[in-house]
Amino acid sequence: MSEQQIPSQLAEIRDDFLGFELRDRLQLLLEFANELPELPARYADHPDLFERVEECQSPVFIFIEVENDIVHMFATAPAEAPTTRGFASILVQGLSGLSSAEVLELSDDFPQTLGLSQAVSPLRLRGMTGMLARAKRQIRLKTAV
Amino acid sequence: MTIERDPAPQFAEFSHPERLVSAQWVEEHLGEPGLVVVESDEDVLLYETGHIRGAVKIDWHTDLNDPVTRDYIDGEGFAELMSRSGISRDSTVVIYGDKTNWWAAYALWVFTLFGHEDVRLMDGGRAKWEADGREYTLEVPTPTPTEYPIVERSDSVIRAFRDDVLAHLGNPLIDVRSPEEYSGARTTVPGYPEEGALRAGHIPSAQSVPWSKAVAEDGTFRPLSELNTIYREGAGLKDGDDIVAYCRIGERSSHTWFVLNYLMGFPNVRNYDGSWTEWGSLVRVPIALGTEPGDVPSR
Repeated sequence: MSEQQIPSQLAEIRDDFLGFELRDRLQLLLEFANELPELPARYADHPDLFERVEECQSPVFIFIEVENDIVHMFATAPAEAPTTRGFASILVQGLSGLSSAEVLELSDDFPQTLGLSQAVSPLRLRGMTGMLARAKRQIRLKTAV
Repeated sequence: MTIERDPAPQFAEFSHPERLVSAQWVEEHLGEPGLVVVESDEDVLLYETGHIRGAVKIDWHTDLNDPVTRDYIDGEGFAELMSRSGISRDSTVVIYGDKTNWWAAYALWVFTLFGHEDVRLMDGGRAKWEADGREYTLEVPTPTPTEYPIVERSDSVIRAFRDDVLAHLGNPLIDVRSPEEYSGARTTVPGYPEEGALRAGHIPSAQSVPWSKAVAEDGTFRPLSELNTIYREGAGLKDGDDIVAYCRIGERSSHTWFVLNYLMGFPNVRNYDGSWTEWGSLVRVPIALGTEPGDVPSR
């Protein structure tokens, strides 16, 4: 199968990672971790809405909002888990603003295309795969007629 | 040229008090020639968010594991790692990390496979350092490479392979995983990713002592009397025992290996690093389900 077309904002993130040496990919992941936005006030007091991502080694919670078929993703993860924060932040930035169909069509292997498996280990990367799978599941539930 | 041990009274009762230093000791000795502080974490980016001044990072996935074979790096790889970390054969190495030194103990165990003599844990790890209000820096040191000798890894004394475990049955086994993993309700620690064991449960006759029982609320090791209650009274260990500890991939059981070996003074303790991800997928090895240890299988 030829390489799947992916939305430009995700392709940009992927190409940024692949443009760096291994060590600098970690630095970029750290920048993503630092950029993970705080929850908007309307969700800050609603931990009940968030789904725990069991595949991650550290407690990370995600919540997907679909409005007029546009996806918004929110996530929280503790400061002492920067790798997990970085993964969440990549998805928050990469998925938010896409249509629900665009996210659902995205390959489940997207996390494996970032060139991170050597830098962080394949095992750790599974956390991000789990996050993406749960995000898609939430979108399916929210867009089901 | 090893550095004096930490004379802190809380370590004096342990069998090998020279294997532990307090956060305060580390702060007082930072920068002393011959001392190298190493951070080893579960989270591969945590060091980058701030670490003890002068500390170097050693990651178990990317530095200590062989990238191809499921094994540790070899003597050449270790010598190269030590050299670029600024560690000489006679350096005093102090390791600390997140998750109450879970991965730090693992790194210490690997250092011990290579016979690095003076390697210690900072009691309480990052959590204690932070709770004490001590400082971190973002500055990454650039160590002067050393001439570390190529030492062949010794796997016979503190490491157990699956055949060793089969031959060991009938002697004490300590399963340090969560109660849910031990009973067979699940194959992974709650909240952790699936790591591919095909069967759940425990090695028959193994006693369940989750690793975290050895640490107090502040992340430091419990005093000897409490450790005795947990491991001697609770799990039935006695002097002269030959013990194997295991978990899922050998990291949590390194922590228990440290406790049994260096704090309680059991001289014959091995860590089975294949652990449940190997045993739980092996064909025809005995497995017990439920909360009871189960009988030693007949051979």
